[in-house]
Amino acid sequence: MSTGQWVAACAADALQPEELLRFDHGGLTLVIARSPEGGYFAIDGHCSHEKVHLADGIVDGHIIECPKHFGTFDYRTGEARALPACIDLRSYEVKVESDTVFVKI
Amino acid sequence: MVIVGAGEAGTAAAIALREGGWRGRVVLIGNENMLPYERPPLSKAILTEVTDPGPKWLATPERLAELRIDYLQGRNVERIDRAAHTVTVSDGDQLAYERLLLTTGARPRKLSIPASAGSRIATLRTYADALAIRRIIGRGCKVVVIGGGFIGLEVAASAVSRGASVTVLEAGPRLLTRAVPAAMADLIKAKHERSGVRIQTSAIVERIDENEGRSKVVLADRRTHLADIVVVGVGAVPNVELAQAARLAIHNGIVVDETLTTSDPHIFAAGDSCSFPHRLYDERIRLEAWRNAQRQGAAAAANMLGANRPYEDVPWFWSDQYDETLQIAGRCRPEDVAVARSLGAKGQLFFYLTPRGRLVAACGFGSLGAIAKEIRWAEIMIGRRLAPNPEALADPTVNIKTLLV
Repeated sequence: MSTGQWVAACAADALQPEELLRFDHGGLTLVIARSPEGGYFAIDGHCSHEKVHLADGIVDGHIIECPKHFGTFDYRTGEARALPACIDLRSYEVKVESDTVFVKI
Repeated sequence: MVIVGAGEAGTAAAIALREGGWRGRVVLIGNENMLPYERPPLSKAILTEVTDPGPKWLATPERLAELRIDYLQGRNVERIDRAAHTVTVSDGDQLAYERLLLTTGARPRKLSIPASAGSRIATLRTYADALAIRRIIGRGCKVVVIGGGFIGLEVAASAVSRGASVTVLEAGPRLLTRAVPAAMADLIKAKHERSGVRIQTSAIVERIDENEGRSKVVLADRRTHLADIVVVGVGAVPNVELAQAARLAIHNGIVVDETLTTSDPHIFAAGDSCSFPHRLYDERIRLEAWRNAQRQGAAAAANMLGANRPYEDVPWFWSDQYDETLQIAGRCRPEDVAVARSLGAKGQLFFYLTPRGRLVAACGFGSLGAIAKEIRWAEIMIGRRLAPNPEALADPTVNIKTLLV
C-alpha cells in the first residue's frame, strides 16, 4: 500500500453499488468502484492489456470487465482474473469521511 | 494433444488444455516463423504508429515453457491419418495424437480479375503482410483499397492517418453490406469522408495493370485509379484443405457439432475455419472474429478433455475506425425490427428484435465509453433470449442494465 496523501475523489453518493467512476489525479488515472455490499475501492484505471479505461466497462459483483477485450479484474485487489488481462493492477487504499471518498495516492 | 494452427484459437486452446488440468504432451503447430501473436493490431497500430510497435505476442517463450507447450513454428501439417491417429508435419515428422484440434484459420480471398505481374497488390492477414503495407503507406503515397468491409476500412483509416491519399472501391451499393445495417454503414462512411477517404460504391474493378511502377486499377465503367499500392480486402476463405483431405465433413468451413467436434470424434475444430450450430440461431454459422476464436479455442480444449459442453458464446465483433469504435453483438436477419437509440454526438446504437420481440442483435458506433457498456448488456440480454421493451431500448435516459430482468 502507498504511503502517500489522502485525496478527495468523489462524493460518496456519486456511485451506486456496482457502479464505476473515473478519477484522474496528477499523472494518474484510477477507477473507483462501489461493491454490491456498499464498500468503495480504487485501482489503476487503465487495463493492463491495452490502454483502455476500465471505467467504461461493466461490473458484475466484484469483477470489472474491460470494455474492449473483456479482460477482467477484481477491483478489491487489482488482481487480473481473465485473459487477455494477465498483469495485476495496482490497488489504492480508500476511506469514506464526511460523505466523501478519499484515495491514498 | 496436437493443435494445428497457432493463431488466437489454437494458442488459447493450448493454454486452456493446461489450465484444464491436462498433464500429457501439448503440441502447437504454426506455419509462421514466429511466436503466436495478436492479429487485430495488424490493421491498426502496426500501420499507424510512426515506428513499428512489433507484434503483440499471445505467449512468450517463457510462458510456453512454463506451460510445457511444445511450439513448432514455421511448419505446415501435410496430412492427417485418422486411422493411425497421427499427423505428418512438413519436415516429415509424424506426431501421434489422442485428440486433434484444427484451428487452421482463414486466408484472404483473392480477386478473380486479371492483374499484371508488376502491379503491387497486397492482402492483410499476417504480420509480414502488415509490414509490407506499412513500408509503403505514408505521406504523399496513393492507396487504393478494394473492398469496403472491415479490413479494407481499417486499412483506409490507418493509411489516411499516415498522410496517404486513400480511395476505397466497393462493388456493392454501400459499405459493410453483410455486417451492419444501412443506417450504421452511413455513419461510418461519413466518418471516413470527413477524414479524407474517398469512397466509391458500385465500383466494379475489371483489371489491374502496371503503369510505370504503379498500379492502375481499371473499373468496369472505364474510370481508372493510379496507386502505389492496392490493398484487397474482399473477405476470407476458411482453410479446410487439410480437413477435406482427411475426409472430414466440410460445409463453408470444417463442420462441427455444438461441442466443436468434427465428424471424427477424436478431432475438433475452432475459430475462423469452423462452421458450427448455435443455439440462438437456426442455421450453422462461421465467424471470422477475434473473440470467437479465443473463446472457441478454449471451449474446444475443454471438450477435448471430455467436458462435453456446448459452445454458446454470443457472437461479438469490434472494429476501430479512427478514434471511434464499432461493436456488434449477436446476429440479425432482414425480417428483424430495428430500434435506434441516439447518443447525440457520442454515438448511435441499434437494437434488433425478432417480429416476436426477442432481442437478437445490437450494434453501436461511437466512442468506446459511450457504446461499450450498452452493447455488453445487450449481449447478455441476447444470450438470455430476453424481449426488452422497444420504447425503453430507444430511450437514452433508460439504463439498459435495468432491462435485464
